[in-house]
Amino acid sequence: MKALVWHGTTDIRCDSVPDPQIEHPRDAIIKVTSCAICGSDLHLYDHFMPGMKSGDIMGHESMGEVVEVGPEAKGKLKVGDRVVIPFTIICGECDQCKRGNFSVCERTNRNGHIAAKAFGHTTAGLFGYTHLTGGYPGGQAEYLRVPFADATHIKVPSTLSDEQLLFLSDIFPTGWQAAVQCDIEPTDTVAIWGAGPVGQMAIRSAILLGAKQVIAIDRVPERLDMARAGGAITINFDEESVIERLNELTNGKGPEKCIDSVGMEAHAAGTVDAMYDRVKQATMMETDRPHVLREMAYVCRPAGTLSVPGVYGGLLDKIPFGAIMNKGLTIRTGQTHVNRWTDDLLRRIEEGQIDPSFVITHTVGLDEGPDMYKIFRDKQDGCIKVVLKP
Amino acid sequence: MRYETERTRRRGHADTATDTLARGLGIFSIALGIAEVVAPRALARALGMKGQEGLIAGYGVREIATGIGILASKDPTPWIWGRVAGDGLDLATLATALEGRNPKKGNVGIAMAAVAGVTALDVYCAQTLSRETTHPLPPMQDYSDRTGYPGGIEQSHGAARDFEVPRDFRAPEAMRPYTQPQAPQRPTPSM
Repeated sequence: MKALVWHGTTDIRCDSVPDPQIEHPRDAIIKVTSCAICGSDLHLYDHFMPGMKSGDIMGHESMGEVVEVGPEAKGKLKVGDRVVIPFTIICGECDQCKRGNFSVCERTNRNGHIAAKAFGHTTAGLFGYTHLTGGYPGGQAEYLRVPFADATHIKVPSTLSDEQLLFLSDIFPTGWQAAVQCDIEPTDTVAIWGAGPVGQMAIRSAILLGAKQVIAIDRVPERLDMARAGGAITINFDEESVIERLNELTNGKGPEKCIDSVGMEAHAAGTVDAMYDRVKQATMMETDRPHVLREMAYVCRPAGTLSVPGVYGGLLDKIPFGAIMNKGLTIRTGQTHVNRWTDDLLRRIEEGQIDPSFVITHTVGLDEGPDMYKIFRDKQDGCIKVVLKP
Repeated sequence: MRYETERTRRRGHADTATDTLARGLGIFSIALGIAEVVAPRALARALGMKGQEGLIAGYGVREIATGIGILASKDPTPWIWGRVAGDGLDLATLATALEGRNPKKGNVGIAMAAVAGVTALDVYCAQTLSRETTHPLPPMQDYSDRTGYPGGIEQSHGAARDFEVPRDFRAPEAMRPYTQPQAPQRPTPSM
């Protein structure tokens, strides 16, 4: 089969690889009908995230049709079922899964000992996202083996299109969880850093949840345009001071809820801390560039909440914990517990409250995937979200 | 490294390979600068330029500043041209060490060859970056109709207020907006 394969920093190729096989009775194989490039895939493309090996298949946003089912998954799945595959692999049986904390499933990361060394405890296995999370082949391919398939799937109706459903795999529940973590009140201002795909979903989730005011911060014109279409007030951080403008929009009090949908690769030229991060990262003395976290901690209203769906990978420098502590801020973060939200979100799509396909700007074949990584990374051609059709 | 913002669009940068080269030159600049600042005496001795230690350390500060400028700026083009100018200064300074009876002329020749090599890279990088600026990027895409709300934003705003936030995701009670009847205000005690 054809698949997008990681070979090194900024080197992803469309290769021919062996078809996946059922390896465990709980496995299933799906024929991928649509998959997408996620912003967090760019952390692998640029090799900021450790733990990739040459030959790894990329991708964790996929959907398709079940073509083969292992004997222990047959009670929940059958050949021909249409499914979206969440990016987190879940067993559905461990303590964390029973609590709905699916992204920290205790059993699905087959390299859990490595994750435990890095993070103190294992986290869930993820598709196509380093050997720290199990080294499972990803779904930017014609076929995908789904481990623990009896639990790791979302059955979807045939009445909706792939484009409306695909993002249940990651970015829609991720944006939703980011907003839910804020526990939004009708009087709240929600400020969202980063108007990429997750940021766009977070904007719309905050609107659905009834925020009084949603503010999006970015500098890419097309992203700001799309954010405004979703109901956000926008701040271009290249052209105005984020802190001044946020204070202006909140009568000097700051936003109650702040969402970081940027993560480890913040771009904020011109600020002292951004220069500091650039130099430290370039000289391999820091793994992440946490400009957004610093700015959120500074501008957030006292007793407010910082919600962090953006991916961080390692050790962060100069985090103003004094501000966080003294202002009594709450921090909520984590990979998304996808299956915790998908029944509710699917209903909202079916009811027409939201149609997540708005975010798609490019649809191409798998063979054009490597070029699209570069275009997406460089934000060329108005690229916000790429869907691949294997 | 650079993005298509309103500002960069006019400059039209999109070539990441040249960005990577610029970045490499920035790191090299910082490393060389640190060496010049930390060990000016050893460098002066190796090049037969005793008495020029202050000048070498000064050049080191220049290199570090340029390197930080390259790594931190959105558009490194002027900083790379700054490196080209600095290379000229370095070559001119080294040329003065070829005069007279300097016993380290061999070392000076090697240093000049190295600087000339780096100068060639700097010039290439600066020219490529400058050339990019003459090519305008395609016009901006219009996404103003991509609301994501099939029934319009008015219908969707607050449509999920029926959602019950799970207990473990709720804001701590003490952090919620204070809505209880307030006790009569007392004067604030002075401290």
